[in-house]
Amino acid sequence: MAIDEIAEEELFVSGHRACMGCGEAIATRLILKTTGKNVIVVTATGCLETFASRYLASPWKVPWIHPLFENAAAVASGVEAALKTKHQERVKVVVIAGDGATFDIGFGMLSGMVERRHNVLYICYDNEAYMNTGYQRSGATMYGTSTTTTPAGKFSLGKVQPKKDVPAMMAANGADYVATASVSYPWDLVKKVKKAVESKGPSYIQIHTPCPTGHGFPENKTIEIGRIAVQTGLVPLYEMEKGKLTSSEKIGRRKPVEDYLKSVGWFKHLFVTGDGAAVVKEIQRSADENVAKFNL
Amino acid sequence: MGKTKVMEISRGIAEAIKACRPQVISAYPITPQTHIIEHLAQMVADGELDCEFVSADSEFAAASIVHGASATGVRTYTASASQGLLLMTEVLWNMAGTRLPVVLTGANRVVSAPISIQVDHQDTLSLRDSGVMQMYVEDAQEAYDAHIQAYKLAEDPDILLPILVCVDGWSLTHTWEPIELLDQGLVDEFLPPYHPVQYLTPDNPITYGSYADDGILMEFKYMMHRAMNCAKNKVVKIVDEFNEMCGRHHGGLIQEYRTDDAKICMLAMGSIVGTIKVAIDEMRAEGIKVGLVKVRFYRPFPADELIKAVKNAQCIAVIDRDVSVGAGGALSADVKAALCNLSDRPLVLGCLAGIGGREITKSTVRSIVANAQRAIDTGRVEETDEWIGLNPEVREG
Repeated sequence: MAIDEIAEEELFVSGHRACMGCGEAIATRLILKTTGKNVIVVTATGCLETFASRYLASPWKVPWIHPLFENAAAVASGVEAALKTKHQERVKVVVIAGDGATFDIGFGMLSGMVERRHNVLYICYDNEAYMNTGYQRSGATMYGTSTTTTPAGKFSLGKVQPKKDVPAMMAANGADYVATASVSYPWDLVKKVKKAVESKGPSYIQIHTPCPTGHGFPENKTIEIGRIAVQTGLVPLYEMEKGKLTSSEKIGRRKPVEDYLKSVGWFKHLFVTGDGAAVVKEIQRSADENVAKFNL
Repeated sequence: MGKTKVMEISRGIAEAIKACRPQVISAYPITPQTHIIEHLAQMVADGELDCEFVSADSEFAAASIVHGASATGVRTYTASASQGLLLMTEVLWNMAGTRLPVVLTGANRVVSAPISIQVDHQDTLSLRDSGVMQMYVEDAQEAYDAHIQAYKLAEDPDILLPILVCVDGWSLTHTWEPIELLDQGLVDEFLPPYHPVQYLTPDNPITYGSYADDGILMEFKYMMHRAMNCAKNKVVKIVDEFNEMCGRHHGGLIQEYRTDDAKICMLAMGSIVGTIKVAIDEMRAEGIKVGLVKVRFYRPFPADELIKAVKNAQCIAVIDRDVSVGAGGALSADVKAALCNLSDRPLVLGCLAGIGGREITKSTVRSIVANAQRAIDTGRVEETDEWIGLNPEVREG
C-alpha cells in the first residue's frame, strides 16, 4: 500500500478539543479518510464525542450522530434499517465507540446488532479504560494495570483480571469480518477499514489507541508507544473472516513486555518493589500466548 | 367511510399503525404489549405492510433502533409497557432532546416490585418530565384514532417531539370491540408521507447530538418546552380536522362530560373514563350535579383548559392510578398547581384508585363522589390523597 492511496481530503477536521497526542483522534481521521463521504457515523458517549461535538463547532464533515453511551450499535442498526427502506444500501453505517461503550455498557446491544446481521462496521477505539471520566478500569484494561478504580497500593498490584477478548466474541457472534489494528500501523489500519467497508454484513475492528494522559507518557510518543505494544505481542494485529484467523502482522524480533510496561506510567508500580515481578511474568506469559495463538 | 369490524384492540392499534405507513418498526416483547407487535410482524410477513420490522434484543435497543431510524428521516413505531418503558427511559429523554417524532404505544402496566401484569399508570407517568408527549385513550375507537392523530402531531415541524399513546393494559389491549377502520386513502390524505426538516444523509452532512455548554443548553430546553406548549393549539386543530374527515371526536386536550352545572367534577385518564361516564349518568338521574373531565393529554398539560372546565365546580375529585411515593398522585399534583393562583378555587380531592389493577366500579365512583360531597359540606379536604378501596387492616396496621 502506498501513501497516495490514502485520501488527501480531511473529513475529520481540526478545531476539536482532543488532548495533544490523542490516539483516537488520529485513528478517527484515518478511518474517515478510508471510508470517504458516503457514510453515516454513530458515536457513543466517550472521549471522542466529548472533544468532537461541541455545539456549532463540529469537526465532522460526514453525517454524524451521538445518541447515548450504551446504544451506538442499536442506533446504527436503526440507521441501517432506515437506509434499507430508502434503497440507499450503498451508504455505509459506521460506529466509532470507545472500549467502555463496547466491552462493557454497550456489549449486549453490539451483540444484538451482529446477531441481526446489520450491514454496519463497528469500530472500537481501544484506549483500555474509561479515559473520559478519569482513567477508570474497563473490561478492556490489561491485567496488572493501575487505574483510578484498580489503583496500585499496599495490597494491590493493579487490575487482577485479564482483558476481555471481544474480537473472539464478535467472531463467535457471527461477524463476517473481525480485525484488530493499531494507530501506530496506519497502512494496516486503512487496509482493514477498507475491507470492512466492503463487507456486506456486520464487521468489527478494534483499534489500539494509546492515550498520553491516561496511560502516562509524553504526548509526542503516541505512535511509538503503540508500536512497542504491538512489538511485544501484547497487542496482536490480525484478521478473522467468517470466524477463522486469516492473517496476522508478524512481529519479527519480539521485544520483552518490560519495554512496553516501563514506557507507560500506569504500569510503573510493577517495578517499584520486587512484588511486581510475578505480574510482569504473567503479562509476559500472555504475550507469549498471543504469539502462539495468532502466529505473530 | 371505512369498515367496522369486531377485533381485539391490540389488532386495532396495529391496523392504525399500518395505515400510517411506518418504514421502521422495532420492538421487544413484554406483556401486555405483545399482541400489537405480533399483529404488525404478521402484516409485514404477509406483505400488507412495507416496513423493516427489527426484533430488538431489549426495549433499550428497540427505542435506540427507532431513534436511529427516525434520525435517518423515516417514520417509525415502537411499543412497550411497564419495565420495558422504564428500560427505554434514557433513550426516550435523548429522543425528545434530539427532537425525533417517534410514535410509541404504552400498554399501561404496573411497575415492579411487587411484580404484576395488571394495569395502572405508574409506568407512563414516570416519563412525565422526559419531553415525550403523552395522551391517554378511553376506548377501542379512540385507541385506533389516537395513533393516527399522534403521528400528525409529533411530525409537525413546529413540534418534533416523540409521543406516547397510553392504552390501559388488558382492559383495552386485550378487549374485543367494534372498531371502524378508516379507508387508506383518507389516512393518506390526513397524514401525508413524512418529510423531515433535516436528517442523516451524506448529501447534507449534519451533526446530531452535540455537546452543549452552559451558554446554550438552557435554550435547548426552552425550545422543547415551547414546542410542547405549541402542541396544545395543534391538538385542537388536528382533532377538528380528524372529525371533519370521519365524524369522530374524542376530545382535544381534554373532553368535558356533563360539566356545565357540575358541583362535583371528576378528573380521570384512560379506560376508567367509560365507567365514570355511566356512573355520572345514573347519579345525574338522581339529581346529583356531577361531571367529568377526561384528561386526554397529560403532556403537554392542559392547565388553562382544565381551569376553564372546572372553575364553577365546588370540588374536584382527581383519580390517580399511580402514586408518587412520599408525595401523592401525579395528576392531582398538577391539577392543584394549575389552580393555585386562582382567588376562588374549588377544593381538590386526590383519589389514589385502581392501582395495581384494583377494579374501579360504579360504586367506587359513587364513594368518591360521596367523599367530594363531604368535603363540600365541611368546607375542607380531610386527606390530600385518599387511598380508595384500601384494605382497612393495612390502613390501621
